[in-house]
Order: sequence, then C-alpha cells, then structure tokens
Amino acid sequence: MAHVNDNIKTYTGFRAITLLCLVVLYAPLVIVTIYSFNASASITNWEGVSLRWYADVFTGPESGKFKTAAFNSFTIAIMAATASTMIATLAATAMVRGGNFKLRTVSFGLISLPLMVPEIVTAVATLIFFNAIGFTRGYLTILVAHIAFCIPFAYLPISARMQGIEDSFEQAAMDLYATRRQAFTKILMPLMAPGIISGFLLAFIVSLDDFIITNFVKGAGVETLPTAIFGSVKQGIKPNIMAISTMLLSVSVVMVTISYFVSKSDTNK
Amino acid sequence: MAAGAATGGSARADTYKDARGWLLLPSWAVLGIFVLGPVCMMLVYSFLTKEFRGGVIWEFSLAAYDQFFFDRGLFGDEPPKLEWTYITIFWRSIWQAGAATLLSLLIGFPTAYFIATRPENVRPLWVFLITIPYWVNLLIRTVSMKFLLRDQGPLNDFLIGTGLIDTPIHIVNTNFAVQLGLFYSYLPFMVLPVYAAVERYNFSLSEAAADLYASKWTTLRRIVLPAVKPGVVAGCILVFVPSMGSFLAPDLLGGAKNFMIGSLIEEQFKGNAGNWPFGAAASMVLLTMVLIILMFSARQQAKADKAGG
Repeated sequence: MAHVNDNIKTYTGFRAITLLCLVVLYAPLVIVTIYSFNASASITNWEGVSLRWYADVFTGPESGKFKTAAFNSFTIAIMAATASTMIATLAATAMVRGGNFKLRTVSFGLISLPLMVPEIVTAVATLIFFNAIGFTRGYLTILVAHIAFCIPFAYLPISARMQGIEDSFEQAAMDLYATRRQAFTKILMPLMAPGIISGFLLAFIVSLDDFIITNFVKGAGVETLPTAIFGSVKQGIKPNIMAISTMLLSVSVVMVTISYFVSKSDTNK
Repeated sequence: MAAGAATGGSARADTYKDARGWLLLPSWAVLGIFVLGPVCMMLVYSFLTKEFRGGVIWEFSLAAYDQFFFDRGLFGDEPPKLEWTYITIFWRSIWQAGAATLLSLLIGFPTAYFIATRPENVRPLWVFLITIPYWVNLLIRTVSMKFLLRDQGPLNDFLIGTGLIDTPIHIVNTNFAVQLGLFYSYLPFMVLPVYAAVERYNFSLSEAAADLYASKWTTLRRIVLPAVKPGVVAGCILVFVPSMGSFLAPDLLGGAKNFMIGSLIEEQFKGNAGNWPFGAAASMVLLTMVLIILMFSARQQAKADKAGG
C-alpha cells in the first residue's frame, strides 16, 4: 500500500531538481568561502591555502575602517534587536491575548508594513523624513530605522509561539491570586522564551545584514559592515572582502542554526 | 502563515484585554512615526518642486510625474508625448522581475513538492536547508554570484575544464545575470509557501485521479496544481515584489546598461542626479504597482478561502 502511495506522489526528476536547487543556493557561498582562503593576491589564480586575507582584515591597511564598521554593525544590531523584540512582544500579547478588537487588522497591517513596502521605498521615505525634520544623519538615524523595520521579523516567531500556548496557565495563576502583571511576567514570558529568542536572533541578523536602508539613512563617515563592503566592492572584488564576507556569512549561519534548534528542541517536549 | 495571515492569525483569549492600548502603543508609535509617516511624507515630496542640488522647495508641482511619464512636458505648447526613458526602465524592472519569478517557479515548485512528500520528521530539516542561504547577507550573496559568474570566474573555469565550452561565456553585465541574481536572492520565498500548500494537499485526490486512469502528469496539472494554486500565487508575489524594487542585483550584476527602477531611485537621492521630487515620484510609481499586486492577491486569497469553506 505504501508503495502504491509513494508511486502516485513522486515525480521523476523532482529529486534531481531539488538537489540542483540546493547546489544553486549553496554554490556561490561555498565558492567564496573557499576562495577567501586563497594565498594569491589576485582573485583569479589559486595558489594554495592561507589565512593571509583574514589577517589582512584585522591588521591590513583597511583594518581600521572594518573595525569601526564592525563595531557600528554589532552595537546597532544588538540594540535594534533588543528594542524591536520588546516592542514586538508587547504587540503580540495585545494581538493574541487581547481578544478581538476593531483595529486588529489595521494593527497587523501596520506591523507588517515594513515587509510589504519595497525596501528601497522605505529607505527613501526614511531619508526624506529625517531630512525634513532636520535630524542630522548618522549612527542614531541608522539605529532608529533598524528598530522600526526589525519589528515584523521579531513579531512573526513571537506571535506564532504565543498562539501555540493555551491561556489556561495564566488563568490558573490568576485564580490563585496572581495579578495580571505576575501572570504575564511569571507564566507567559517564560513559556514564550523560545519564541522571543528566535525573534531576537532573526531581528539581529536582519539588522546586521541590512544594506539598502542603512545606505540611505547613514551620515557621511558612518559605515556599517555591509556599506563598507559595498564601498570596497564598487572598486572590484578583492580577497580581503571575501574573507570579511565569509566571517559575516558564518555569523548569520550560526545565528539561524541556533534559532532553528531553540524552536525545535521545544516542539520535541 | 497562510490562512490567518491577512489578519495576523486568530486571537487566543483576552487575558490582557484591558492593557491592549498600552501594549500596542510602542509598535504603533515606532511604525507610525518612522515608517508610515515617512511614506506619507514621500508622497507629499513627489508633488513638490526640486531645489537645485538635492532637497525641495515647498511649492506644489506635477513636474516629477510629468518628467517620469511625458516628453516635452504635459503643459507645453505641443501635445504631450509619452517619455519612454523612464517607462522603459519601469518596464525592464517588471520584465526582469517576471523572468526571475518564472525561473524560481520552475526550480522552486518541484523542490517544494519533493520536500512536502518526504517523511514528516525530515521535512523541517529540508526546509531549514532551503532557508539558511536566505539569512546570509543579500549583499554578500550578490557579490558571491558576481564572483562565480565572472569571465575568469569558477563557473567558466569549470565549464572550460570539463570541455563543454572553449571560450568563457560572458554573463556579468547582461540582463540574464540580473535575472539570475534576483532568482538567487528570492528563491526560498518561492519554495516556502508552495511547500506549505502541498503539505496541506490531500493526496487521496491524486489516488482518485489515478484510479480514473489519469496519467501522473495530468494529475499534477489538473488536480495538484489547482489545489495548491494559492501557495504558488503567494510564492510568485513574494519573489516578484522584492525583485521589482531590487537595487543590488541590477547594480552589481547588471552594470550601467541594465538599470532598474531601484537604481533610478537611488541615483536621485545618493547619486549625482539629486532630484528628490522625481525620486519620490518614481518610488510612488513602484509602491503603487506593489500595492495593486498585494490587493489583487488579497482578493484572490479571500476568494480561495471562501471556496475552500
């Protein structure tokens, strides 16, 4: 029976296309990673394995620029992810545990706005806004813009998680004279932890990786890693760019993997 | 994600009903002030007069839209003519995004279908494998693609090494390179919603079709495809919309000749052109197009939900 079933479900060639899909998705990343270890000064010739370009990122002529950019990127990503996760958690509580209310659809529309509006439009609009209110562009404008567009990325895993939790736990706590605030902080929040961690990590990666919006709202002289990389790439792909790209790529892959296993370990319980 | 997506899923309980306003306030404030407000302001800017070097003069003007659509000016002495320069760029954006969407569908549909028919316990792992590259920086992915496709790049080396070709294929700075770049950027967006739809599909329908002597490909075309259509439509939109406004792929892979609307907008604000109202107007044209697509898809979705009961 199972055999017959399988026969109806499977199509010849679909497995091959799936493997092709994986090759397409991973090949460019794997190749850049391999070439980041190239000993040669040119990107075309392969001259053996070396860590020379990784050393160059930290000590070479451009290292100062990269260090400042990395500092900006990471501090902004941590702050933006923290702020947007807190805002998203509160919003999710209202949306999932606040009953039905009139502005629910409007609220959700507003929260998912950064996902619907093309990124370049958000970027231009934010630039116009800061310019109109006479706010000097720099570190702070990048941070504020990142907090805003990270909200939906934090919101989605958080609200998904909250929908999976029955409210009977909080009800039980409140029957035992816990205040609403206690039910929220002592019962709901701990149960929400995996969702909140995933939300935070995704917001962190999104902020760390953003190029378009940062490119528009950054001030002169303030760079993040992606804008610094873009500036260098405009003059041609160099080996040190491949080393720094590989490092940034690894950070993202590690973060997503953690996020995946955090949510997975939880569903196994 | 799909069913209740339009409203953000269903509410579960109303424990914090009284605090609702306060809980929503931060998100309303941040998104209202820093996303919705700016977009409205951009609309206003598109109707202002440009200042010589960046910025605007607060004087109502249709010049920006006039410049986008008409040659010689809508209000000149001679009858207005369509201005093709920018319409061509807009059209090219649609065409490039469309080609990338089609390519994603050709690869993404079989992939999603294959994953959805794996044993239940390995499916999440497959989905995870497909999503990892999406979380890698888009800039880095685009640069990697450029590195791979170069005339002296690994792809050409490989093809020459295997004897398939004699001279390197020139890919970078062509329309095709941009399509490949867009396809590569947003492919996971195609796989995920199609996967979700196929996973919900009831395979006894396929069995029924087989019992009635339908061939497998007929079953796929006439039974499976119509049943998973909402997922396919969602996937196409998720690839098409960001591709339309994309800036990195056309900029890095397309070169100067293969300008898309994202590059046109960028040029007005960051480049030498410095015409903010025109940039705002071009952004409005893009945004309008995107909103029309999203509204159309929401209506389709509502119709499908109704039909599905």
